[in-house]
Amino acid sequence: MNSAADLPSVEAIVIGASAGGVEALLNILSPLREGFVLPIIVVLHLPDERRSHLAEVFARRVAMRVVEVNDKTVIEAGTLYFATPGYHLSVELDRSFSLSLEDRVHYSRPAIDFLFESAADAYGPTLAAVLLTGANRDGASGMARIKDRGGLTIVQDPNEAQVATMPLAALATHQPDHILPIRGIGRLLVELERIAC
Amino acid sequence: MERNHSLERSSEIELRLLIEAIYLKYSYDFRDYSGASIKRRVNHALSQFECATISALQEKVLHDPTAFMQLLQLLTIPVSEMFRDPSHFLAIRQEVVPLLKTYPSIKIWIAGCSTGEEVYSMAILLREEGLLDRTIIYATDINPRSLDKAKQGIFSMENVRAYTSNYQQAGGQRSFADYYTAAYGYAIFDKSLCENVTFADHSLATDSVFSETQLISCRNVLIYFNKKLQDRAFGLFHESLCHRGFLVLGSKETPDFSAFGNQFEPLVKQERIYRKS
Repeated sequence: MNSAADLPSVEAIVIGASAGGVEALLNILSPLREGFVLPIIVVLHLPDERRSHLAEVFARRVAMRVVEVNDKTVIEAGTLYFATPGYHLSVELDRSFSLSLEDRVHYSRPAIDFLFESAADAYGPTLAAVLLTGANRDGASGMARIKDRGGLTIVQDPNEAQVATMPLAALATHQPDHILPIRGIGRLLVELERIAC
Repeated sequence: MERNHSLERSSEIELRLLIEAIYLKYSYDFRDYSGASIKRRVNHALSQFECATISALQEKVLHDPTAFMQLLQLLTIPVSEMFRDPSHFLAIRQEVVPLLKTYPSIKIWIAGCSTGEEVYSMAILLREEGLLDRTIIYATDINPRSLDKAKQGIFSMENVRAYTSNYQQAGGQRSFADYYTAAYGYAIFDKSLCENVTFADHSLATDSVFSETQLISCRNVLIYFNKKLQDRAFGLFHESLCHRGFLVLGSKETPDFSAFGNQFEPLVKQERIYRKS
């Protein structure tokens, strides 16, 4: 495990969450200051409704600019992106987004694995990934790919997670750089941004 | 870490070579498709074909057209449903149909029709609006197996149950079961819906415009293209559409950021219905 002093300089943060994820995400993202520079890209599983209000809900509670991704949106600094419900979300090598309608993965579309695996290829060692509470195995293979490409992986402490299945699945497939409670994850993101600036 | 990166470069080189080989040998052009999705599908194909590397897969499909046809099924995405996004079809019914009715004859192009769900949805809507008899529908796709399936018009009952609810929300005027015969877990759709439908092999990447049209529906196809190929497709649509013709897209697609951004204006923006300016 790295200490804070060993943190790398990253260019983007990806976050995956499922059951219990809204609350966990709000606790991590609400304290971030206005003008937080690193782009943050979130896949949050939700029950199947075509038009979600996630971006609106978070825009009220988070100081960053909040955007629901459209096809070909170019990733910009200082922006919090939410995956579009009903579509898989990927990051292209030119660091723009692409959407797709491939089959569900772990019953989910968007799938955390698709975002994480494609972002691993696009950002390599300059990516940080956070996997939070959830009741399925989505994200585990994506975390392993990110770690394999030299990125930084952070798993929510399963003892604290509302549903531990997802963090435990990730821990079973790779050794993350950090296992932290929500408060620790929030502090780490702030530290990552300080280093990146 | 360095070792991983050089490995990554190899697989990216192999992927590009495979796509190039497919183009040279079979004239299927995936060179300007979005990379992440193609990469996933090729990786999935590796396990299906029991190939250790993309190079091995390339060798296989170069020398075996049957293997290529199998790969094509994995590279194209036959994921579709009838009356997907019911509010979109409701908006077509309410906002587009009254204008279509002013034309003595109508030509519609469904580009990337996959296994035909969109075609049957459109045909049913047009029949209920009294327009089907004076409409010609061109339904095109690059995948011949998908086109065959579309022509047959046979869909699993399990899916049709979900489509029934879509149909009702989309403003359907009858019982959805009026349009098909159920047998052995399948729904066989009324052949007369397709009397004026021409199913044809056409690629938005390599082919050109074949007819003037009043409406083009191309839904959840452009998301698989990069910007350059999207521009090509919008160019074809612009050329094919008559003055003030209609372009309808998938729920996250827009011409706004393309080279043709100012040549289409939204009619119902929320439902991705545009008109040639």
